[in-house]
Amino acid sequence: MPESNTKISRAVNYTPKSKFWKTIVGQRALILMSLPIFAYIYIINYRPLKGLVMAFQDYRPGKAEQKWVGFKQFEILFSDEAFLRVIRNTLCMSLINLIAGFFFAILLAILINEIKHIVFKKVVQSISYLPHFLSWIIVTGLISTFLSSDGGLINDFLIKLGLITDPVHWLAQPKMFWGIVGAAHVWKEMGWDSIIYLAAITGISPELYEAAVIDGANRFQRIRYITLPGIKSTFIVLLILRLGWILNAGFEVQFLLGNGIVSDVSQTIDIFVLKNGISLGNYSLATAAGMFKSVVSLIMITIANYVSKRIGEERLV
Amino acid sequence: MAKSHYLKRSIQDRLFDIFNCSFMIILMFVMVFPFWNTIVVSLNEAIDGIKGNLYFWPRVFTFNNYTNLFRTNTLVDAFYVSVSKTIIVTLLNVFFSALAAYILSRRDFVLKKILTIALVVTLYLDVGLIPQYFNFRDLGLINNYMVYIVPGLLGALNVIVIRTFIYGLPESLAESAKIDGAGEFRIFVQIIIPLCKPILATVALWVAVGAWNSWFDTYIFASSKQHLSTLQYEMMKLLSSAMIQSGSINPGIAATGSTSAVTVTPNSVRSAITIIAALPIIFIYPFLQKYFVAGLVIGGVKG
Repeated sequence: MPESNTKISRAVNYTPKSKFWKTIVGQRALILMSLPIFAYIYIINYRPLKGLVMAFQDYRPGKAEQKWVGFKQFEILFSDEAFLRVIRNTLCMSLINLIAGFFFAILLAILINEIKHIVFKKVVQSISYLPHFLSWIIVTGLISTFLSSDGGLINDFLIKLGLITDPVHWLAQPKMFWGIVGAAHVWKEMGWDSIIYLAAITGISPELYEAAVIDGANRFQRIRYITLPGIKSTFIVLLILRLGWILNAGFEVQFLLGNGIVSDVSQTIDIFVLKNGISLGNYSLATAAGMFKSVVSLIMITIANYVSKRIGEERLV
Repeated sequence: MAKSHYLKRSIQDRLFDIFNCSFMIILMFVMVFPFWNTIVVSLNEAIDGIKGNLYFWPRVFTFNNYTNLFRTNTLVDAFYVSVSKTIIVTLLNVFFSALAAYILSRRDFVLKKILTIALVVTLYLDVGLIPQYFNFRDLGLINNYMVYIVPGLLGALNVIVIRTFIYGLPESLAESAKIDGAGEFRIFVQIIIPLCKPILATVALWVAVGAWNSWFDTYIFASSKQHLSTLQYEMMKLLSSAMIQSGSINPGIAATGSTSAVTVTPNSVRSAITIIAALPIIFIYPFLQKYFVAGLVIGGVKG
């Protein structure tokens, strides 16, 4: 035994291949610890990928041999008016959320930064972040209570102001739906989204502001010529990243607030997948729809990450 | 110097401050009032609540809406499921994410690159609902309590955030332990975990909030088993039934299906559940706020 051991160690010293084995042996504890993690990632995140073959089949549960149909499911999808409408809804709601979200987050960050009273500032910040941590169930619950057509406070208020005479059933107005979803997003996320801009504003050199004051710049001019340019690069990077996620319009709000009357404008790709797959059992069609979204998203997110990284580097130079 | 500067402030400057202050007060009102009003409705007698005009204070004060909720087993069970799955998933996720982070923090580890790629890809790769559903079905997770636990054992983003934190620790600590003969796992448990407490608290908070708030997993994977229902899912069912009724409130319905004589209305039940579901978060938020927000900054570093 000892003889063979020395043989191995001698070999280890001389050939690159055995150097590799030496590393393996040396790191056996780490390798052992990483195995369950590899296995877990595989089972939860990569194993489901094989289910994507359903998109190219005419999947019927319980059959041993599935029929291959090529791209038929995708052809059905893109000739289906319902699916095209769903894409339109996803893109429109995503864009509304994006534009309104950015606008209010930046506005809030700038205004919070202008508050001089430290305690008041802290209170405003704390309160504005809170809704971010509540579930959409709770938030949509609040929304539907407030917008309710009997006893809802919004209707109450508008009637008292004399703007409307009869209560409006807001959630049954197809024209209002995208706006309501956008407002809900702004309400829930504007505080949280403003944090990153506040951090960027904090990074602006105070000397710039001091110099501007000496030169006689007023508050609006300081915001316009110092604060806004100071957060421009953060804004651009975030905008690009968010554009990468454009097909992820979220579906919880739309799902929870949507109803039969507004379904033409409320359904997103995710809801289409859910409805066709889980409720109707059109597994292949739903998988194809989901796959379309995943592939397009993956490409866009990769491009967005690449571009934003490039811009981030330029900023550093 | 500062004072003379203050005196010189222009009218425009002061107007700006007044406007800004008013804006913030309105904003805080818009953020807080919905909760306040929901609390008011939930503490007001149900039948009286139909009359409306409840704004800042309950008219006929009562705890009945709450005691009534907990008279039925449905919600008590759902509450237990919510609490237990949140605790279990949080502890396990933090442990395994930290373990993965520790392994990845070892710069010379042979499988480091493969593991990093395998993890990061999961952040961008969305396999889609249907393939995931079939995967869980094959794993026997459908209508099984484990569907709350198993999918949430590891979070790629959590791993990256914890790893970034470990990078910031002095390497000499782990090395001296190694010289003293400690194995990798022991170094992880006895040295790395205690040192990582602040970041682990942040990650735990994220996971806990996510687990507490989730309802979609119940809806998709466990909706046919009542004993697996969670508080958020019970809330969702009430919400959708209220939407279907769309306005027509029938006073006197025991919306929770209870046989008690105490009357409730959909509105009073919904308000009470909203508050119960939101309360843990609203309650811990002021105390742990720095951890909530710290996470965003650390998460941003990785970008």
